[in-house]
Amino acid sequence: MKISRIFKIVFMIDFINGLLIAIKQVFKPKKTINYPFEKGKISPRFRGEHALRRYPNGEERCIACKLCEAICPAQAITIESTEREDGSRKTTRYDIDMMKCIYCGLCEESCPVDAIVQGPNFEFATETREELYYNKEKLLDNGDRWESILAANIKADNPYR
Amino acid sequence: MDNIYYYLNLLFVETYKILFLLIPVLVSVALIVWLDRRVWAFVQKRRGPNVVGPFGLFQSLADALKYIFKEIIIPASSNKVIFILAPIVTMTLALIAWAVIPFGENFVLADINVGILYLFAVSSLGVYGIIMGGWASNSKYPFLGSIRSAAQMVSYEISIGVIIVNVLLFVGSLNLSDIVLAQQKIWFVVPLFPMFVIFFISALAETNRPPFDLPEAEAELVAGYQTEYSGMMYAMFWLGEYANILLMCAMGSILFLGGWLAPIEIYPFNIFPTPLWLILKILFLFILFSLVKAIVPRYRYDQLMKLGWKIFLPLSLTWVVLTASYLFYFDLLPTN
Repeated sequence: MKISRIFKIVFMIDFINGLLIAIKQVFKPKKTINYPFEKGKISPRFRGEHALRRYPNGEERCIACKLCEAICPAQAITIESTEREDGSRKTTRYDIDMMKCIYCGLCEESCPVDAIVQGPNFEFATETREELYYNKEKLLDNGDRWESILAANIKADNPYR
Repeated sequence: MDNIYYYLNLLFVETYKILFLLIPVLVSVALIVWLDRRVWAFVQKRRGPNVVGPFGLFQSLADALKYIFKEIIIPASSNKVIFILAPIVTMTLALIAWAVIPFGENFVLADINVGILYLFAVSSLGVYGIIMGGWASNSKYPFLGSIRSAAQMVSYEISIGVIIVNVLLFVGSLNLSDIVLAQQKIWFVVPLFPMFVIFFISALAETNRPPFDLPEAEAELVAGYQTEYSGMMYAMFWLGEYANILLMCAMGSILFLGGWLAPIEIYPFNIFPTPLWLILKILFLFILFSLVKAIVPRYRYDQLMKLGWKIFLPLSLTWVVLTASYLFYFDLLPTN
């Protein structure tokens, strides 16, 4: 063994260096955030909780084309539709089983009218399984609640689509 | 009739004294767990527990509350009596050792003349709790963990014992208060610095702290001897472990860092109450403990044994001879 190595071992040079580095790190700014009180930045493309959007005049965007139902890899979406009095096709049922959903974003990609979107909300944990079977009402409600952010996100992501 | 009153009085006074010691120790154990996690997080640039109470100070209390309400699962194939006894033994042994720790001149629960021996004996007994827990679980990981722990603690106790002999050669008394008072001129950390380092490392091994936390190496042994424990019994192990760490820090500060003595006996330093200095020294050692936990990887088992038997034991034995020769040659041996 080299003398320098013995010297290093006996006086624990490497250990002391490590200790000094550790002490230096203690005073550096933290890399983590106070999660429930402050939240990290989310990309406009973030795929969180689903929402069904409306046109500004209050009309539902969804035309019941069932492209999302067809493309859904997890088969989480169920749609039933009917013809309304004015001749337009609208959904009577739009269910998403959030337990099945894999948050791949294909429903959002396939939608021709930007009706079904995945919003920035990821804090929708519930205490029972039943609460995660989303129906049309819940989805439209989500759309109304998050509309301003959803519209901004779609606009921000538009140049890249 | 007077006799009964005398004994009742004695009983109440002693109980009061014990509670006066025990409650601060338990509270400081809770705070020290928080401090440990916090220091560990800070080194890794995380925030650590900071939500419960100011700066997260009550995190340990919240954890304890959670443990109390959790179910205690006793494995069907375990030896139930010993299984239940093991955490109780661990915690009791970690707490009774505090009886002899002096917080100031005449500020000690039991000022016995063989204080250091008592301390050493009690901390050695701590291994029984772990062996009992590991064996009574009747499961492979706890068993392997407890065997490792027994071997490790026995090996490092020898070097700790020899290091204590070093200190005792300077003092000439086994009384902890005498040991502290003998350091009025110079703390023993100065003449015995290498021994202090070895004591610190051995204390890490003795309390199963990283880098010597092989008994509970989670990568190999799930959680070692604690694997089968749950609820309050697990919390008692955890309490005993941290009380032991605190005890080792107290032992280190009494043997080497001058116990309750102020660093310099001049005006601004000697107005503080004496226990404050002991607490500060314990805190200093404990922060060192947690910093070490944050920076070192775990030892391999053969390396651990090699370090204990082939390096620390010969080194500390040699140092005993050196110290004794030095004291004898310069005629400094303490005379009582």
